[in-house]
Amino acid sequence: MIAAAIAVGLQLGQLLLVLLLAPLLTGIVRKLKARMLARKGPPVLQPYRDLAKLLRKEAVVAENASWLFRAAPYLMFALLWLAAALVPTFTTRLPLSAAADLIALVGLLASARFLQALAGVDVGTSFGGIGASREMMIASLAEPAMLMVVFTVALFIHSTSIPAIAEFVLHNDVGLRVSFALGLISLIMVAVAETGRIPVDNPATHLELTMVHEAMVLEYSGRHLALVEAAQMLRIMFYMALIASVFVPWGLAGQGARIEDVGIGVAAFLGKLLAGAVLLAIFEVSIAKMRVFRVSEFLGVALLLGLLATIFLYVSQSA
Amino acid sequence: MLSVLLAVVLFLLALGIAGAVFGVPWAARIYAAAACACAVAAVAAVVFLVARADVPEALVLPVGLPWLSAHFRIDALAAWFALVINVAGTASAVFAIGYGGHNDEPARVVPFFPVFLAAMNLVLVADDAFAFLIAWEFMSLSSWLLVLSNHRRPGNARAAQVYLVMAALGTACLLLAFGIMAGPDGAYRFASIRDNPPQGAAAAIALALVLLGTGSKAGLVPVHAWLPLAHPAAPSHVSALMSGAMTKVAIYGLVRLLFDLAGPVPWGWGAALVAVGALSAVIGILHAVVERDLKTLLAFSTVENVGIAVMAFGLAIVFRTNAMGTLAALAFTAALFHVLNHAIMKSLMFFVAGAVEVSTGQRDLEKLGGLIHRLPVTATLALIGAASIAALPPLNGFVSEWLTFQAVLNSPSLPQWVLKFGVPVAGALLALSAALAAACFVRAYGMAFLGRPRSRKAAEAVEVAPSMRWAMAGLAGLCIGVGILPMVPAAAMAPLVRRFAGVDFAPLADGLSFGDFMLLAPVTPGVSSYSGFVVLIAVVAVTLASIEGVHRLATNRLRRAAAWDCGFPDPSPATQYTASSFAQPLRRVYASTVLRARDHVDMPEPGDARPARFTLSMRDLAWDAFYAPVERGVTWLAERMNTLQFLTIRRYLVFMFTALIVLLVTVALAK
Amino acid sequence: MLRGLHFDIAHTLSVSVLLFSFALLYQRRIMGVLNAFALQALMVAAAAAWQAYSQEAPHLYATAGIALVLKALVVPIALKRIIMRLGIHRAIETVIEVNGTLLAGVGLVALSILLVFPVAQDSAALTRENLAIALSIVLIGLLMMITRRNAVTQVVGFMSLENGLVLAAVGVQGMPLVVEMSIAFSVLVAFIVFGMFFFRIRERFDTLDLQYLESFRGDRGQDHRP
Repeated sequence: MIAAAIAVGLQLGQLLLVLLLAPLLTGIVRKLKARMLARKGPPVLQPYRDLAKLLRKEAVVAENASWLFRAAPYLMFALLWLAAALVPTFTTRLPLSAAADLIALVGLLASARFLQALAGVDVGTSFGGIGASREMMIASLAEPAMLMVVFTVALFIHSTSIPAIAEFVLHNDVGLRVSFALGLISLIMVAVAETGRIPVDNPATHLELTMVHEAMVLEYSGRHLALVEAAQMLRIMFYMALIASVFVPWGLAGQGARIEDVGIGVAAFLGKLLAGAVLLAIFEVSIAKMRVFRVSEFLGVALLLGLLATIFLYVSQSA
Repeated sequence: MLSVLLAVVLFLLALGIAGAVFGVPWAARIYAAAACACAVAAVAAVVFLVARADVPEALVLPVGLPWLSAHFRIDALAAWFALVINVAGTASAVFAIGYGGHNDEPARVVPFFPVFLAAMNLVLVADDAFAFLIAWEFMSLSSWLLVLSNHRRPGNARAAQVYLVMAALGTACLLLAFGIMAGPDGAYRFASIRDNPPQGAAAAIALALVLLGTGSKAGLVPVHAWLPLAHPAAPSHVSALMSGAMTKVAIYGLVRLLFDLAGPVPWGWGAALVAVGALSAVIGILHAVVERDLKTLLAFSTVENVGIAVMAFGLAIVFRTNAMGTLAALAFTAALFHVLNHAIMKSLMFFVAGAVEVSTGQRDLEKLGGLIHRLPVTATLALIGAASIAALPPLNGFVSEWLTFQAVLNSPSLPQWVLKFGVPVAGALLALSAALAAACFVRAYGMAFLGRPRSRKAAEAVEVAPSMRWAMAGLAGLCIGVGILPMVPAAAMAPLVRRFAGVDFAPLADGLSFGDFMLLAPVTPGVSSYSGFVVLIAVVAVTLASIEGVHRLATNRLRRAAAWDCGFPDPSPATQYTASSFAQPLRRVYASTVLRARDHVDMPEPGDARPARFTLSMRDLAWDAFYAPVERGVTWLAERMNTLQFLTIRRYLVFMFTALIVLLVTVALAK
Repeated sequence: MLRGLHFDIAHTLSVSVLLFSFALLYQRRIMGVLNAFALQALMVAAAAAWQAYSQEAPHLYATAGIALVLKALVVPIALKRIIMRLGIHRAIETVIEVNGTLLAGVGLVALSILLVFPVAQDSAALTRENLAIALSIVLIGLLMMITRRNAVTQVVGFMSLENGLVLAAVGVQGMPLVVEMSIAFSVLVAFIVFGMFFFRIRERFDTLDLQYLESFRGDRGQDHRP
């Protein structure tokens, strides 16, 4: 009984943690990028203020927008929040994670994207269409690439449940696995594409011809925009947490964790997030955005790396 | 239960005659009666699966050829497929009550619709090659007549012609296959084929013919090209049956012959099914994603889904021949599950297409738009259908794809190197087709239901008749129900899985508790699990929490204003993204090589008043390589044969006499 | 454990050589190709050096040095200077689009593994894998030569093929240095020959695109614009 209560408590804690940290992560990345470009940059807490401001503003909705347009932000936000909360951040003891393994998480993200793209075409403007169409093109390559990474991990560990994968990597001497390295590169490329970062999309632009995600959510305002932005922040959080828990799970509190372990877990997670933010910022300032049709080649490489990772699994297994 | 099914078949045939006699005024009554009959058959199938699945029932009727009475039999396999097609059949008949009056020529539809249903049921219970082929041909011909019912529309006559040729070719393949399987003694009963399956080269030829014959009916690449012509040409409730049910009957034929009658087949056949299935999935959905006719798009998506199911069946064979019972059970469950799911989703989507066509007279995506405002109920149900066919959790389409992925993930334990490498590649193709399906249905739904109306008719659309809405609502409910409680159908198909894989589907191996129904854990719990029920509850709870939270924190004020559109909103709906422009990135990335898609832009010189033109050309390579030669050959032969129609009686007698003499000489020489 | 780590590092290095083969296929600019090639050579040098250390075979350090100096530094820098001097087009024309070539590359990797694994069943794991990877690098080098129209990329393709051979050579214990010297020299010779070749083409036709050479063939020249 107490164990169940603790598990539920950890799950709720995780829900709150990812939601509260997501804007901070975005703020840190923005600040770091600005400092690297020798700008002063907005304060780290600016995303919280932006969200609070948007929530207070009146929502302006296009005249011919349907109920789907208004419902989509809530559903999308909920799906991404849930997805981020199912990835172990500081503990592997998450009762809800049995309900959705890695493939199901990919499915949850796909559901969110489906709604977002539909909301993009709902108002009937050309920008919404352009964004939705490009988003689906990018997803059509990113999703298989991500599943290939899932395959690689699952073929090796014989599980698609993230806590099980994290525990396996924690407690076994996995060594330096070529397949994992390839899978990691592939997953990072997918994450960059899916979260709409440079070089695939530029989160800071409204330059019409290059934007993807911003074009899709152009018509949103007020509380709806706040939810869409928060969902996007949660998406970055999801990918960071996923990469951390599969490839660097060290510090995660295990099944029989005590309170100190949970503390260590949270501290380790904060450290990993900071490291991830620094790497993301360095990556983004050091390359330029690519043309939309180079994206297919970029993600094609991610997909092929995923395939190579699977192939090399057999090669390395014979050692 | 066999007698119930046969009675339903007879009743449906009688309804067909009644339709021919009483005609259109009785149409609604006939459809209602057909719906009841199908519902009875579906219930009978469920009762059989739950209560008596391990004891097949057989019946011999003294009809047919004199030395061979007609044999009928029902076992778990037949019962499962009977359930699938009768669910689709019930929904389709209910839909037709409201929809039937909108057909071009209802008199050409009413009599053949029940006959088509009867023929499909009859294929499932046939237990000898003659009965099977006769029922199969009956099914082909009745659906052909239904395809031809809108014969005045451009292209439909040609679609019907291609369909007839391909159906005949498929039947011919099956005829030859049965001939080989039955052997020189003419043992045409399924029981005798099962006892003495063909061996060696004969078996290989027979299986290849089976694959060609059933594959062409199911729409597998490269013999799929007739399907996107014929399925959309029929009225929508018939399209739903053809895509949702008839392709399932074809799959039933494949499974019956490959898994049951042919004995243990080598793993190479499984590998072939995996390859063909993966290829069909990707090529089918690629066609669909660039297609602008709503019903043709759905027909191409059928090619994709049949591919997924066949791929899972292939995996089942591969695992079974390598003596991996648990995994074979998993793959077999995934395949049967997908068969059920696709029947539900595709029927629903064809009903949606029918509803759209009834209310706007259009099915071209470039002329639709904004229907969510005019058809609120249909739009909501269509959203459920689109999401489930795009394989999104927590709906049903996701469950069967998830199970298939789980089967793929266990492929490294296979001993064959080709499979070790090939199955993950097939998995990648499956993932690609799932992602493209999402893009395809975002496009289809977005262009038809969202945005602003692109034609006057779309702007004036009105909601469809109640029976049509009820049919769609029923199927949408099944999409959700099957999605969140996947163990219910899994339990229903358990006897069948046990029979073919040798062991039970793992979660069912030692009984079921209430908790097991919530969680789908196909191999061992704790390794990989998914629960649509919990996901649905969690999503709903989190959504409600965020609505509540936002409305507490935020203002509730809302203002309607003109669209922002970066400051340049244009009132003309023509400035929206169109279906073709939505598909352009995907076309450029994938279709330029696979479908030879080419954009031609004809831009006039400055000063020239001629309008600029954009044309798009695509080729179906399978059509060029396979269909065009067959079609040319048949046309050529038909033209030569045409002269035979106008001979004198004496000439005809010459032919008959020659034929008789040739036969007698053959007999004499054979002796 | 130590054995495992040795293996893992050697394996990772040879796979990174292979990855740079893919990077060569992915590039669309000549300068990018040369950079990728230099990095590949660097990885070959690292792999050779690691083998020298773990096999305790000092002559492999020489191989590593040759790869580092010649292939990672001299050749790319020299080629870059030639390109600068000649003012050649910096973009590469592809015969098959990039994604298609990459896919074919993955196919070649799978093929090499399928070929090598059953044949070398009883040899030590690392040799076997090195052989498979080296074979894939050789095949991808060939693929690059046939799918890229530019003369510079053909030279680079040829040299990356050589890299594959070196990788195969260092993986086998007790391979004499002579062979490596000859390989290095052949690269040098190829480099000189192709260098001359550039000048000749450039002098006459102002381009390095080989397609233009075809129009000077007697049998089909009339179809093409020179």
